[in-house]
Amino acid sequence: MFSRILIANRGEIALRIIRACHELGIEAVAVYSEADRGSAYLDTADEAICIGPASPRESYLNIPRIISAAEIADVEAIHPGYGFLAENAHFAEICRDCNIAFVGPSPESMRMLGDKVEARRIAQKAKVPVTPGSEGEVASEADALKVANKIGYPVIIKAAAGGGGRGMRVVHNDISLRSSYNAARSEAEAAFKNPAVYIERFVVNPRHVEVQVLADNDGHAIHLYERDCTVQRRHQKLIEESPCPVIDEKTREELCRSALRLLKEANYANAATVEFLLDKDKRFYFMEVNTRIQVEHPVTELVTGVDLIEWQLRIASGEPLTLKQRDIHHKGVAMECRINAEDPQRNFAPCAGPVEKFIAPGGPGVRVDTHMYQGAVVTPHYDSMIAKLLVHRPTRAEAIATMKRALAEFTIGPIKTTIPAHLEILSHNLFIKNEIDTGFIERNLS
Amino acid sequence: MSDKQVQKLDEIKELVELMIAKDLIEVEIVDGDNKIHLKRPQVQHAVFQGMVPGAMPVHPEIPAMASPATTPAAGTAEEAGLIDVKSPIVGTFYSAPSPDSEPYVQVGADVSPDSVVCIIEAMKVMNEIKAECAGTVVKVLATNGKAVEYGQVLFKVRPHG
Repeated sequence: MFSRILIANRGEIALRIIRACHELGIEAVAVYSEADRGSAYLDTADEAICIGPASPRESYLNIPRIISAAEIADVEAIHPGYGFLAENAHFAEICRDCNIAFVGPSPESMRMLGDKVEARRIAQKAKVPVTPGSEGEVASEADALKVANKIGYPVIIKAAAGGGGRGMRVVHNDISLRSSYNAARSEAEAAFKNPAVYIERFVVNPRHVEVQVLADNDGHAIHLYERDCTVQRRHQKLIEESPCPVIDEKTREELCRSALRLLKEANYANAATVEFLLDKDKRFYFMEVNTRIQVEHPVTELVTGVDLIEWQLRIASGEPLTLKQRDIHHKGVAMECRINAEDPQRNFAPCAGPVEKFIAPGGPGVRVDTHMYQGAVVTPHYDSMIAKLLVHRPTRAEAIATMKRALAEFTIGPIKTTIPAHLEILSHNLFIKNEIDTGFIERNLS
Repeated sequence: MSDKQVQKLDEIKELVELMIAKDLIEVEIVDGDNKIHLKRPQVQHAVFQGMVPGAMPVHPEIPAMASPATTPAAGTAEEAGLIDVKSPIVGTFYSAPSPDSEPYVQVGADVSPDSVVCIIEAMKVMNEIKAECAGTVVKVLATNGKAVEYGQVLFKVRPHG
């Protein structure tokens, strides 16, 4: 096991990793930008090093500064968290070259699965269902038209190097295909430095279901069941829950086994999440793989009792994954609300400013993952998520009731937060009856 | 208290004073069946380990961040008006170009914006740090061979004029 690691991230995930380190007897070194100087969670780290000004490019995304900090702090490994450099294969390579363990997959695995076209190919090889689509990159407008007509409209054009909901366009006919195809290529070039796009059948009104997987360096892999992340706004998840409330055990088994097959085909090690779309006939189709720990990982931790960050550290340090599939059970229902510093009344505009009041809820079945506290300041430099509110109860109805109770107790001000929006969603008939899809927020919330 | 007890107390007081005078942390005296054990709270001392740079390639110069000193807690009238020369990167501070050389600057040295004031090693690259201000060095705050973080004050400079 490592004795000292550096966390190349900030905020709530940095704190989460510090906690896992301390439970394993690992010293945790945190890095911070000038915007995060004085943030209370840094005091929980064994050492904290300022690496740059507020701008992510000069701090949390800055590989030389992070590696420098790792060297002067003499750490054995770096945990990248999520976002920032977590899926940057070049960073993982540099860590390897500097003899620093990267808590995540190898750069090769990351590259392979990070290329959406390649990932789709691997899925097909592993006999994982994919939506009808192009065989790899679509290189010309003429090809685009051919593919679109073959698989049938509506189609979606996606950037091969994209992900996280970016670089996607839905097209309904030949006329819009021409302009969308070219626009998609320019956008992909600008955003991801790679103009390659591919085309898939667009699944109308899908649910979003993802499977958590852990794998060690000897090829032993297990799934930890699924999370349903259908409540999204502009491809950003707002509420996640486990188990998926609309699939039967047979579909669940098939879904989870597919995810495992895919990652075994890719020879993957460490934590990953395989994302699927579920159509209204409860058929699932592979979407993409996230080769990192995810924001919503605590949802799985609550229903399975497995500490995912702990296992990431164990696997990265060379330990075998001693958990057996037959030992993994899901119990009860867990739900997470992402509390963002955004104003639902003003189109979810981000709100920065001092946090004069911050009183987190508690009580049975409530878990709060946050770096925020009364007296802190929300700065405009980073993403707006300030807390994750989770509940774990025996049934979905009780989980909803406890979540509403906890949201009502959660006092944050004067900045605006998404708490009122969450309360609205949890009281909505369609959400309660599980009749939602990824377009639910756009259609039903003002 | 009996006379005997008063005498014992005086002895203990003397022992404590002796401990403080000689900076002893712990004392135990056993006299037959009598035992006395005195322990003082310890003061932690940080231990620094210097690192000596080997011959490494020199990187083009990087400007330091020079700004007016923002430490009002420093107190004295002398501190006001001094410029903080801050580290622009994370790394290891070296005051001289090599272990055998003289330091780039010492207290009293004159610097101009392009003067190299130190080297900060980051990822095996030796970065020459420039003063970015004009004046006289009044304080050297970084220690040779020790790690510095972004924004850490390396020198204090009194501006000319």
